[in-house]
Amino acid sequence: MQRIGVFVCWCGSNIAGTVDVKKVAETLGHEPGVVFSTDYQYMCSQSGQDLVKDSIRTYNLTGVVICSCSPRMHENTFRKAAASVGLNPYMVEIANIREQVSWIHKDMETATEKAIILGRAAIAKVHLNAPLIAGETPVTKRALVIGGGIAGIQTALDIAEAGFEVDIVEKSPTIGGKMAQIDKTFPTLDCAACILTPKMVEASQQENINIYAFSEVDEVKGFVGNFTVKIRRKARYVKEELCTGCGLCTEKCPQKKVPDEFNLGLSNRRAIYIPFAQAVPKVATIDPNYCTMLKTGKCGVCSKVCGVKAIDYTQKDEIVERKYGAIVVATGFEPIKVDKFEEFAYAQSPDVVTSLEYERLMNAAGPTGGTLLRPSDKTHPHTIVFVQCVGSRCDEKSEKGKPYCSKVCCMYTAKHAMLTREKYPDTEVYVFYIDVRTPGKNFDEFYRRAVEHYGVHYVKGMVGKVTPENGKLKVQASDLLDNRQLHIDADMVVLAAAIEPDKSARPLATMLTASMDTNDFFTEAHPKLRPVESPTAGVFLSGMCQGPKDIPETVSQASACAAKVIGLLVKDKLVGNPCVAHSDEMMCNGCSQCQNVCPYGAITYTEKEFRMPDRTTAVRRVAQVNPAVCQGCGACTVTCPSGAMDLFGFSNNQIMAEVDAICK
Amino acid sequence: MEFLYYPGCTLKNKAKDLDLYARRTAEALGVTLTELPEWQCCGGVYPLGRDEIATKLSSVRNLIAARDAGRDLVTVCAACHNVVKQVNHDMATDDYIRTRVNNYLQPETPYEGETQVLHLLEVLRDKVGFDAIREKVVKPLTGRKIGAYYGCLLLRPSKVLAFDDPENPTIIEDFLRALGAEPVIYAQRNECCGAYAAIENENVPKKRAGAVLSNAKANGAEELVTACPLCMYNLKKQADGTGVKVTYFTELLAEALDIR
Repeated sequence: MQRIGVFVCWCGSNIAGTVDVKKVAETLGHEPGVVFSTDYQYMCSQSGQDLVKDSIRTYNLTGVVICSCSPRMHENTFRKAAASVGLNPYMVEIANIREQVSWIHKDMETATEKAIILGRAAIAKVHLNAPLIAGETPVTKRALVIGGGIAGIQTALDIAEAGFEVDIVEKSPTIGGKMAQIDKTFPTLDCAACILTPKMVEASQQENINIYAFSEVDEVKGFVGNFTVKIRRKARYVKEELCTGCGLCTEKCPQKKVPDEFNLGLSNRRAIYIPFAQAVPKVATIDPNYCTMLKTGKCGVCSKVCGVKAIDYTQKDEIVERKYGAIVVATGFEPIKVDKFEEFAYAQSPDVVTSLEYERLMNAAGPTGGTLLRPSDKTHPHTIVFVQCVGSRCDEKSEKGKPYCSKVCCMYTAKHAMLTREKYPDTEVYVFYIDVRTPGKNFDEFYRRAVEHYGVHYVKGMVGKVTPENGKLKVQASDLLDNRQLHIDADMVVLAAAIEPDKSARPLATMLTASMDTNDFFTEAHPKLRPVESPTAGVFLSGMCQGPKDIPETVSQASACAAKVIGLLVKDKLVGNPCVAHSDEMMCNGCSQCQNVCPYGAITYTEKEFRMPDRTTAVRRVAQVNPAVCQGCGACTVTCPSGAMDLFGFSNNQIMAEVDAICK
Repeated sequence: MEFLYYPGCTLKNKAKDLDLYARRTAEALGVTLTELPEWQCCGGVYPLGRDEIATKLSSVRNLIAARDAGRDLVTVCAACHNVVKQVNHDMATDDYIRTRVNNYLQPETPYEGETQVLHLLEVLRDKVGFDAIREKVVKPLTGRKIGAYYGCLLLRPSKVLAFDDPENPTIIEDFLRALGAEPVIYAQRNECCGAYAAIENENVPKKRAGAVLSNAKANGAEELVTACPLCMYNLKKQADGTGVKVTYFTELLAEALDIR
């Protein structure tokens, strides 16, 4: 028989306001096995914990039930307190009478009754608890960073500086991400390439960093400290180790009509290409969708002109398997497709562009060499209309756009408007906005400069219709402050498209068993207190994959993420979770169902010799759980048809005892 | 394929072509349209006032008759379609309106929006299929540059009408392609023609229909096609002398099937 202590917490008035805590303590005190029962204002406080500790010593308790908040909050606190006075921490059970009782009920009588019932269930479980001892696992001292944009680069650099090896996996031929496409950065207006490309070079030269460009993550197995990852190195048809990046092949390739992704299709590239001059690694890549040699077997010009014989038309995808202690997700974002917003006539006129396209049109390395020309007739535009919130802050039920604010559009639109007015003072610039949101260091000053100093026309209201007609874009809009309709004959319309997580994020989240919100942004372990960790242990979040952010914010989060990774990698061993599954070999019938449902690959089957009742031996196939890999999710225990699978700390018996106590 | 057919008042006088060719082409495509007996006016305009019940009653009577006959109700006039479909949506989703209408009409079984309301274009797309129509075309409209004019009533409110994407509709373009014509995409195709403002202030439809026509013409349209008698009225008035021909979609279909 256990000697159980019950501790009922008031949580100030959080619990005591709705639950009669005295009555709960008193009633539970009469339960079989309970030798001590009390209530206290704040059980999690130091004096509350001391009360628990003293009672364990005084009454020689072998089990503890805390009636308080969710175990997610303070289970660990009380387990530590128990352990400090010699009680096995897994002899502590929590009955959640806050989130599941006082916060959701109003009537004190029924709430008190429910609290008592939940307390009883916890007591019934403690009766069947057994001391558990956690095992230890070693930590692989290498990190994987998925995504080579500014977030991934910064995280990788910081981890590498601390002395740990880092691999960056980037799906495009070069690292750099979206920032490489941007012209200038707000609010300082320094050139994005000038501050990004040195970091890209630093990453390639850092001896602890290894870059797998043009590669994707194929499979992730294992758990915190011990991930095994398969990386697919996609065929470039160019030997990376031989290519010098001289670019001769990209000049001689006869296939000239390939839309250039880096310039968002505003210009063409060749079938063999280097995305941009400062690409890292600076290696050519053949696009198999356009290469005549790969499609028809006739051409081979690049191979002929290559001085170092780097071209290899027979190259195949290659799989690399590496072990990591931590994984950083830095998959970034992309602007939404604006095809659902055809009122702005994006599909009807080349002069309606997205902001990222405008960024390329302004860029000295862009398709127009930095001279702003409208795409349709390459003339200088005199009236430009910017439309903000295209697809941002939409009605959640609209299915058209995103419910959230994309956060960066107000600032980059102010930047575009300002730069346009500065370079071309003869241009009239209108910005249509719902709200202008510019919180951030020197941000509002920046926006006001656009309005007051550069004379940009900011109009509160939305554009309703853009009608391309006879070389002009007829813009119909409303000015809400003036309460009138506006008709503007514009030469260009620029759409600040909402941003969304990169398409690769969702399949990656499945591989990592990391959770996402309804918008496919990765969820953090705690929105305020653990913002750079995923709830999945060993998986960390860097940059836009977690939510919209500008560059300064991305870089700070990337560094914070690195700090958390370093904190994990400096540990030699991790204490595991003893609440893992185990199989009763005598009952196991070898059906494999548990193996099929295990999301972590923790279950294997072996042939084992058993002595039969008649003294003969028989070989049977039985399940075995690797406790280091098992996460204790319990999927196998409910699947097992013979009841052989059971979970330490949450055994079938314990759960039935809880149910019985509730239904009594 | 059998449907109950709701022509509406305008199709009995001003828009006889819309009605006539709807019946003829339907028959040619194997669709039986049985006119709803003793149908009433749809109400003309959907009343936006939440407490306005009286002008919804006639639409509900038509809807109840269709339910009792156990058939989907097919409309052709864009305005009727809009009113009937919106009223039907109210009856299916709005407790307040449903209760009051049922209390007043006292039907044998209370009406709860059970009838399916379809526009003839939807029947052609979803029931007959544009591919099947393409096969039946005898005189394809090859080389004719036609701009689809949707107006507002077929598309909005988009969630209730559930007809097509309100900003980038494609149904009439697909229809035109099936007839062998070349659809012209232009921005003003889903803008208002001026509608009933014609009664009060002629300048409104002049400006609106004018903008539609000039935008269509600038994009190379030689003809416009519509499903709405009111749009037809406003567009035709402004199209005088521009050389742009305006027709009903049923007329074009009849022409392509060679039964005009």
